[in-house]
Amino acid sequence: MKHRLRVDPIKCKAHGMCAELIPERIRIDDWGYPIVDGRPLTNALDDHARRAVADCPRAALRIVLSNEPGTRQRPNDPD
Amino acid sequence: MTTPVMSESATHRLLPEDTVPEDLHAHLAAFGARPVIDPDAMIGALDASGLRGRGGAEFPTGVKWRAVRESPHHSTERVVVANAAECEPASRKDRTLLSLRPHLMLDGLEHAAETVGARRAVIYTTRSHSEVQETLAAAIAERRRHSDSSLFIELLIGPNRYVSGEETAVVSRVSGQLAKPKVVPPRPFQHGVNGLPTLVQNVETLAQAALIARRGGAWYRSAGAGRSPGTALLTVSGAVGTPRVVEAAFDTTVRDIVASAGGAVGEPAAILVGGYFGRWVAADRIWDRAIDAESLRAIGASLGTGVLIVLPGTACGVAETDRVLSFLASQTAKQCGPCHVGLPAIAEQFHGVATGRARPAALDLLTRWSTEMLGRGACRHPDGTALFLASALQVFAADLRHHSRLGACRFSGKPAILTVPATEAGWW
Repeated sequence: MKHRLRVDPIKCKAHGMCAELIPERIRIDDWGYPIVDGRPLTNALDDHARRAVADCPRAALRIVLSNEPGTRQRPNDPD
Repeated sequence: MTTPVMSESATHRLLPEDTVPEDLHAHLAAFGARPVIDPDAMIGALDASGLRGRGGAEFPTGVKWRAVRESPHHSTERVVVANAAECEPASRKDRTLLSLRPHLMLDGLEHAAETVGARRAVIYTTRSHSEVQETLAAAIAERRRHSDSSLFIELLIGPNRYVSGEETAVVSRVSGQLAKPKVVPPRPFQHGVNGLPTLVQNVETLAQAALIARRGGAWYRSAGAGRSPGTALLTVSGAVGTPRVVEAAFDTTVRDIVASAGGAVGEPAAILVGGYFGRWVAADRIWDRAIDAESLRAIGASLGTGVLIVLPGTACGVAETDRVLSFLASQTAKQCGPCHVGLPAIAEQFHGVATGRARPAALDLLTRWSTEMLGRGACRHPDGTALFLASALQVFAADLRHHSRLGACRFSGKPAILTVPATEAGWW
């Protein structure tokens, strides 16, 4: 099953730890907020993703399954 | 904007031919009594009609009603909300419809409540639309005197802020919280007003549903284009003879729509399609194009809330965009960082370019920000602003280069075509 990273933009307060922990999927914009690459995670990235989710000081980052009800495709998500 | 008066050539499904507001008696004379329809038949008729939401998102109405009706929830209670917030500054269509035919929308609201199984119905409008509140209050009182409907209809008022008409903000306000958007999922059909599955539907959509209930899905499809059947209410303004609300089938061209609003005044340079978070399109690219979803998507636009604003060649698209970007930045709910911090930065950079005080890389920076802002908020406010910006960067590219070197042009100081309301202070 495809799973991706998603940030809750209301909870996020730009601590920036996620981008340090999984730069393959998260970069930081000009104001310190994360830009999440919504492509599915690969096995090689799973540990980094779990660590980034666990260490977010605002609990703003999570892993979502593509078939979760009501989960919409965001413009930054390919396919 | 002046009183809406329909032209001879316009379609008349939702709007009456004359502009006399219809009371219940006139409504019944025009349409007959509201039929009783079983929920499955109602949803079937909506599916067959191809009706899509007219609040801007264009979501299939039948799918939405079914989702609320069948939403898995421990309670069988449901809530329906008629969204009459109309927070888009350039739109008048919802207020025009409600001022002329409040009972058609109320019929649609009753159909919606019966179909999804709601005993509570709420009409949500904003504190600046006081005329609509009076009309609706009178219409609700009239119905109470003449019918035995058990549906309890409330009128609720929210702030007049751009994002407060967004459906999660509406749900939040109706639940007794601030009218600010929330992160989805859960969507209102799953977790809406006070946690109950909730249908939030734009008032034009409800009025269309009331017509479909009486006349059927096939009748609805008898106007419009294949994949965009039916008619839409459009607010046409800018450099036109008579700014007004027009009803047009989806296979009508922009040229004909503008003609029914008195025609263009002067040579049109660009059209703003969809509202303040719509897209600028060069006039010659859209003039002979129909307003159906496919035709507009082909040029990167969408009908949104049905706004068409004609920008004449004697106006400054850069100055117009500058004012609207400042307005949009002022409308952030300040919940999501990229919107709260990013939109004011965008507005400031753009203003710098418009007035010739920006650094040389400002246009490149704006281009990058316009892509980075997509999908970054709980609601679509950053997306809408970014796409509006991107369209301005494209359509006014040459003007922007002039402005960035020389500052304001000879048209910049002219009165605004795209007027922005004063920013509201006070409660959310």
